[in-house]
Amino acid sequence: MQLVTQNTICQSARVARQRANCRKCVKSGRVSASLKGIETTPVYRVRRWAARHARFFESFYVAFEAVLIFLHPLLRRIGYRRLERPVAAMEKLAKGFLFDTQMCGSCTLSATGMVCPMNCPKTMRNGPCGGVRSNGHCEVKPEMKCVWADAYAGSLLMRHGDRIREWQPPVDHRLKGSSSWLREIRRKTGDAETGDVAE
Amino acid sequence: MTEQDRTTVDVTTPLEPGHSSPGFLEKHLRAGDFTVTAELSPPDSANPEEVFRRARIFDGYVDAINATDGSGANCHMSSVAVCALLRSAGYSVVMQVSCRDRNRIAIQGDVLGAAAIGVASVLCLTGDGVQSGDHPQAKPVFDLDSISLLSILRQMRDGSQFQSGRKITCAPRLFLGAAANPFVPPYDFRPLRLAKKIEAGAQFIQTQYCFDIDRFEQFMTSVRELGLHEKAFILVGVGPLASARAADWIRKNVPGVHIPDVVVNRLAKSENQKEEGKRICIEMMQQIREIEGVSGVHVMAYRQEELVAEIIEQSGVLGGRTPWSPR
Repeated sequence: MQLVTQNTICQSARVARQRANCRKCVKSGRVSASLKGIETTPVYRVRRWAARHARFFESFYVAFEAVLIFLHPLLRRIGYRRLERPVAAMEKLAKGFLFDTQMCGSCTLSATGMVCPMNCPKTMRNGPCGGVRSNGHCEVKPEMKCVWADAYAGSLLMRHGDRIREWQPPVDHRLKGSSSWLREIRRKTGDAETGDVAE
Repeated sequence: MTEQDRTTVDVTTPLEPGHSSPGFLEKHLRAGDFTVTAELSPPDSANPEEVFRRARIFDGYVDAINATDGSGANCHMSSVAVCALLRSAGYSVVMQVSCRDRNRIAIQGDVLGAAAIGVASVLCLTGDGVQSGDHPQAKPVFDLDSISLLSILRQMRDGSQFQSGRKITCAPRLFLGAAANPFVPPYDFRPLRLAKKIEAGAQFIQTQYCFDIDRFEQFMTSVRELGLHEKAFILVGVGPLASARAADWIRKNVPGVHIPDVVVNRLAKSENQKEEGKRICIEMMQQIREIEGVSGVHVMAYRQEELVAEIIEQSGVLGGRTPWSPR
């Protein structure tokens, strides 16, 4: 049953994408005006591509985290506070390109199918709301696939996709814009200075 | 039970063993009664009599009244105020709290105040998007989602502290609820989301309108496999449809309501559509009652509230029991 859902999600996305790309379809009106909106924007297409390759990005993230943890002594010597701004800028660039992340500062990508939940218009962090349309699209933005439908499909591909069942605490809005990479390394290495960047 | 007992709030009276609130909804559910709740649509008026008039039509048929919080993102009298009025008459209420309009500071304050006026049950909702209501130009808040709201209210109740960690001298005694919508995608994820809500503190669940019994049965099968029906009381949303046209409008315009073609066609074919809508609702309630793991029904008869008593009576779901009413 899970496989069926996943296939339908991928299939409908593929069809929609093909139509949005097809000039004939656009001209003949098979693609609605709203669909031409977000479906064709590069950020949206890249972020959905990333969700379909959640397994790869999951492994990549694990490796990347290991590298950062290995670099922890060096990073500490440079000073986390000094690194905050350049790393946050880098993080925003990379994650923004791949996952269209909103830099909430409490990144949950690996627990949400490599999909940024902050792209949900209601910023739902614990699953889809009850307003999802029958075609799996968003209640607020009808032209957009529900962020959580993509997240669930992504999680099914992942090795530790079960993490989507963990519940996420409310966002600390003070952390917006700060680097969650640095925070995560400091948390994992038990760095003494672990604390809120905004403080 | 005298009216005096129903309206006074005494925070020192001990709770019954295993209960977390002094509320009647929790009492009935824990006693194993097939429980009926109904939704009251708050008036667009400052006249308290309008609230009482809307509540009176449920007298003797429902165990608790849900006071909606800006349902459909439309502006109405606040749920706290409706609850205060209903409590003054002794009614059991379920205060709905939506995360759309208020942040965590406002919500926690409201819940504390509501507990002080005797509100025992709170339904935690994320809320519809502002685009679906009469103020699409408003700023959507969504500081919390329903699950983080549940966890915060549980912390207030069990840990006697606000989310900030600051102490509450007298903790609110609450029966916490959440919503579920098994009828929209991603279907496989819905039971898992319910599990999350229960883990975060939900003790009772009120679902979205059920018009698709097959889909609901599938959902309940997963729910039973996960053992969720033993951890929370599930009340299934039902309601009469006024006509085939109304049904079609609802499914196209109200977020999250799924009405299968079979139902719409059945309405369209009938001579008296309103009567048929009522009959469908009654049949649905009787079918729902037979499903293992269901503890009750939640009747939402928007703009057809006058039918609620009749529907409940004819469905026989109360099994001869007469819920308390002020009269």
